[in-house]
Amino acid sequence: MKAAHQPVQRPRDAKLLVIDQAGRLQHAARSRLADFLRRGDLVVANDAATMPASLQGLHLRTGSVIEVRLAGRPSLRVDDVHEFSVIVFGAGDHRTRTEDRSAPPALRAGDALALGPLRAAVQHTLGHPRLIALRFQGHADAIWAGIARHGKPIQYAHMIEPLALWDMWTGVAALPVAFEPPSAGFVLDWNLLHTLRARGVGFATLTHAAGISSTGDAALDARLPFDEPYRLPSSTVRAVEQARRSGGRIVAIGTTVTRALEHAAAASGGLPHAGDGVADQRIGAQTPLRVVDAILSGTHEAGSSHHELLRAFTTDTMLAQADIELASHGYRSHEFGDSVLIERMAQCRDRPVPDRTVISTGIRVGLPA
Amino acid sequence: MAHPPLKNLRVAVTGGTSGLGLALVRALHAGGAQVAFVARDAQRVALTAASLPGTHGIAGDVSRKDQTHRIALQINAALGGLDVLVNNASSLGPTPLQLLADTDCEDLEAALATNLVGPFRLTKALLGALAAAAREGRPARVVNISSDAAITPYARWGAYGASKAALRHLSRIWDEELREHGVRVIAIDPGDMDTPLHAAAVPDADPSTLKPPADAAREIIQWIVAPLRETDAVPA
Repeated sequence: MKAAHQPVQRPRDAKLLVIDQAGRLQHAARSRLADFLRRGDLVVANDAATMPASLQGLHLRTGSVIEVRLAGRPSLRVDDVHEFSVIVFGAGDHRTRTEDRSAPPALRAGDALALGPLRAAVQHTLGHPRLIALRFQGHADAIWAGIARHGKPIQYAHMIEPLALWDMWTGVAALPVAFEPPSAGFVLDWNLLHTLRARGVGFATLTHAAGISSTGDAALDARLPFDEPYRLPSSTVRAVEQARRSGGRIVAIGTTVTRALEHAAAASGGLPHAGDGVADQRIGAQTPLRVVDAILSGTHEAGSSHHELLRAFTTDTMLAQADIELASHGYRSHEFGDSVLIERMAQCRDRPVPDRTVISTGIRVGLPA
Repeated sequence: MAHPPLKNLRVAVTGGTSGLGLALVRALHAGGAQVAFVARDAQRVALTAASLPGTHGIAGDVSRKDQTHRIALQINAALGGLDVLVNNASSLGPTPLQLLADTDCEDLEAALATNLVGPFRLTKALLGALAAAAREGRPARVVNISSDAAITPYARWGAYGASKAALRHLSRIWDEELREHGVRVIAIDPGDMDTPLHAAAVPDADPSTLKPPADAAREIIQWIVAPLRETDAVPA
């Protein structure tokens, strides 16, 4: 597939490949997404706004120029903004592929970093010389102001122009807790939300700190996705319960929504409960899905954690066939690319999938822990 | 005076270090709301925040496109979301007030940037948070500070009057479009107040004939806390 390298969230010619629960494939204009949803379905999106998570600065002990990329945070609490896990690069910027970026100086506990107006100290490394726990000094408001003013969105080498913060925010962006955009949500605009409402399709959000998609380092990439805190509002939990009762499907906009909903469901042993959590699980071919019936996702290369997650929805044979279809129909990959809508197949379920004729009881079949 | 329904309401006010904006920040803070405010002068922002402990001061210029998302980020981060946005920051246009035919294009553009395009951009950037608040059953509101100059064609108030008229109509259209999502957009004319803006417009006005900004703030807060159904009319 070719990479989409213009930051247009909803290109007029955006494509959608639909794979239904029977394994049938259908190509459509993505603007017709609502036609593949039914009255009673619930669309769930991640409303995290994207932080300008790339901070240029100095490693004061050596005077070396560094780039720090914020990559993880213990919780979404408003005042919990001092501690981050970060990935550190040496001099250079996004125009160099991350794979080719120079290493930072050796980082030791206590090393001070000056990142524009921000001051921070290395706490310890996290099992890799580039991945460290960092602590910012100052009050929460001052840290947010420093990130807001000095930070830049994490850039992609395949984009022609540098991305601005507004390129990275979906139409429903709210809390600034994503490190990279929850880009499946670029499909959302207010006209779509109006259409969903008019057609009796529900819409709800959760907030999930979408993490870095790639570090350019094989050892680090193998550890992705990092733990990601999320917040599940009570209104969303109620909407999930109602959709279940009425036989509607839960349609996750993106991998982060799937990860959060499935984590919350696994934690409760049933339907998700409202509140804060930290998604630390990996989702793959062997993962039974307890909540999510379908996923709208960007297109991703085989082997990436995003692609791995899709294996929970459908078979490898289907995904291989989909890859051929995406390539032969000129789908664009990456954050601003085209989309797939995958309904989970029978063997990927731990409960009957509701459709027009079968009303789900909302009772789940128990799963081995 | 305390407004019990303000308790824990998350409110952002632009132009929060003087005039009506400052009166709103004070009244909201006194009523127990969580308040973030925006203004251009970083020093005055810091002083105001220090004088009202617990409020969050954000230095920024709402008329500048490249600052909109950075301001929105700090508002959402400080308050953990948003229930009410008050677009209060206003520009008079050229002072002393000019006849429209003497008004430079750049001055008209600057008034539109502060009074119309800035509130449009900031509201758009915060709409995700406002709609999320509405889904949680909270009273999601946008209050745009308007003026009788938005309706009456006063000579020499061209840049200001035209920009406020546009803001008022933008509010009405947006209210039509957003009420189905639980977000209401209200345009309020606070009346002639004893504020720095009024003094710049009418330097020889007798302050005793003007409304104290605190009184206007109280009236606006009534609309912020008023229970509203989707069919209820709002000021526009």
